[in-house]
Amino acid sequence: MRVFTLTAAALAASLVGHAALADQISVKLSYIVDHPAIDDTRDGIVAALAEGGFVVGETMDLEEQSAQGAMTTQVQINEKFVGENPDMIVAISTPSAQTAMAVTDDIPIIFAAVTDPLSAGLVDSYEAPGRNLTGSSDLTPIDKHLELITRIVPGAQRIGVIYNGGEANSVKQVDLVKKEAAEAGFEIIEATAIQSGAVLDAARSLVGKADVIYVPTDSTVVSAIEAVVKVGQDADLPVIAADTSSVERGAIAALGFNYFDIGFAAGEHAVAVLNGTEPGTLPVRFIDKLDLFVNPASAAEMGVTLPDDLLDEATRVVD
Amino acid sequence: MSLFAFMGALEAGLIFGLVAIGVFLSFRVLDFPDLTVDGSFPLGAAVAAVGIVSGLDPYLATLIAALAGFLAGVVTAQLHLRLGIIHLLASILVMLALYSINLRIMGRPNTPLLNADTVFTPVEALPLPMMFAMPLVLAVVILLAKLIIDWFLSTETGLALRAAGANPRMAAAQGVDRSRVLTLGLGLSNALVALAGALFAQAQGFADVTMGVGIIIIGLAAVIVGETLLPARTIILATLAVLIGSIAYRIAIAFALNLDAVGLRAQDLNLVTACLVVAAIAAARLRRPGLPRVRLRKEARNA
Repeated sequence: MRVFTLTAAALAASLVGHAALADQISVKLSYIVDHPAIDDTRDGIVAALAEGGFVVGETMDLEEQSAQGAMTTQVQINEKFVGENPDMIVAISTPSAQTAMAVTDDIPIIFAAVTDPLSAGLVDSYEAPGRNLTGSSDLTPIDKHLELITRIVPGAQRIGVIYNGGEANSVKQVDLVKKEAAEAGFEIIEATAIQSGAVLDAARSLVGKADVIYVPTDSTVVSAIEAVVKVGQDADLPVIAADTSSVERGAIAALGFNYFDIGFAAGEHAVAVLNGTEPGTLPVRFIDKLDLFVNPASAAEMGVTLPDDLLDEATRVVD
Repeated sequence: MSLFAFMGALEAGLIFGLVAIGVFLSFRVLDFPDLTVDGSFPLGAAVAAVGIVSGLDPYLATLIAALAGFLAGVVTAQLHLRLGIIHLLASILVMLALYSINLRIMGRPNTPLLNADTVFTPVEALPLPMMFAMPLVLAVVILLAKLIIDWFLSTETGLALRAAGANPRMAAAQGVDRSRVLTLGLGLSNALVALAGALFAQAQGFADVTMGVGIIIIGLAAVIVGETLLPARTIILATLAVLIGSIAYRIAIAFALNLDAVGLRAQDLNLVTACLVVAAIAAARLRRPGLPRVRLRKEARNA
């Protein structure tokens, strides 16, 4: 009968509803799926809110919901939120923000970790979002990554990119790489791996065809980054990554960002909006803090020497 | 639960009622465990969204979306019939392929409708708040779809379809062409699911390639909850039961979303939803003495 106890409790709770104290600011936060990057984003938002004077449990009542991967649940979460008329809705991830936008056009919505808010239809423009939404994007700064590649491998013409073609986020990144590379005069050689077991073959397929390997933030390939590093060492093919953790596992260098900062940027917007600024007037925040990780030993094994100025700039040098 | 949240649950329950009827057709009527729906739901959403964004009339785009779903079902049926691929695998293969196809159709993982006119635009003109107007209009549309399916299943073709599912040998002996009815049945089932996807995308203002995750589970849960709440012997009551099941499932989620008030956290949502559904089924069983487990317990108590 424990089921009934739980049910009875849930029923009773649903009648009471989520009770915020009268003098507290009410903020509702939701995300589409439970993921470490999303947890970090959330922590960043909460930290920025606290710095701005909105402390959970003291001056602010924060309700959190996870859609646990189901789009329809996300829709119902936003309907629940709007029904309780909060001061602000915070949406981490694109579908969370889009479904929030569908149910309210007056409650301010702060989004975070939305890769492309413009093509997701959330904002009219990055400078002036226009409606009741603003927030932060986690779009990888591809131009800076290409710049890093030319600094490490000055003669590189052909960039091999390994990614999983079934991952929307990776496809988006590779599209951006192709666009930026075309402008900078690089040739892009693609190698796709649909699962981590196929990464080794994908890396091998680039030997002789590419001058350098670039690994975007693709969870499939990153999970098997050692296979790419091995091919890089065997064939003197420098491997440059987009996430810093790969440098500890043998990639030469990476210019990475962390999701806490992305959340923090959105949180700063949240503070401004709670203090009375119109969300539509706050420009979308992009990644401005980048961490450079380098691995000189790995560079030597792949046949390149890292320039001294790069070593000086590095946030961390991996031994 | 606020009224807004309740009407939202009703709206979602009605849209997913189409999925439930589709799943009822394949799993129950045809006795064919069809997982294609996880792909045909976002297929409907993608086709409708792309159609609308590129300037098609929203009604036409929605119709094409349903037709695309029909085709997906036909492919699953043909893989099973012509190549002898076992039903589960055939549907899994089509579901897999549809993920890539949906990406191709949209050209990217997510397509917003950007304030374009949808089939729901006229609803905004009704002298009712959207919160009430949407469930009302959806109820009419979904009941209409249910009646059409009821009627279809009572026609000669529909009866052949039911016979092929209930007793394939007997149906074959009576001259029922199993290939034909299976193809038609799965097509129809997936057309309903794609229609639900198209309506969902228009109600929410975007289509996303990950929209299909877990659709089959939602559909099956609705069918089983419905069958328990309203055991039915006729098709008319059975399709009504799965609609009720679909709405009951969404209301269970709406209840479960209040979990923080009892000290539970966001990550407990699915557990609480599952418990609520179990409780609803258990309560339905307790009410009816005809079911074996409950009777056993009563006898034990009397003894």
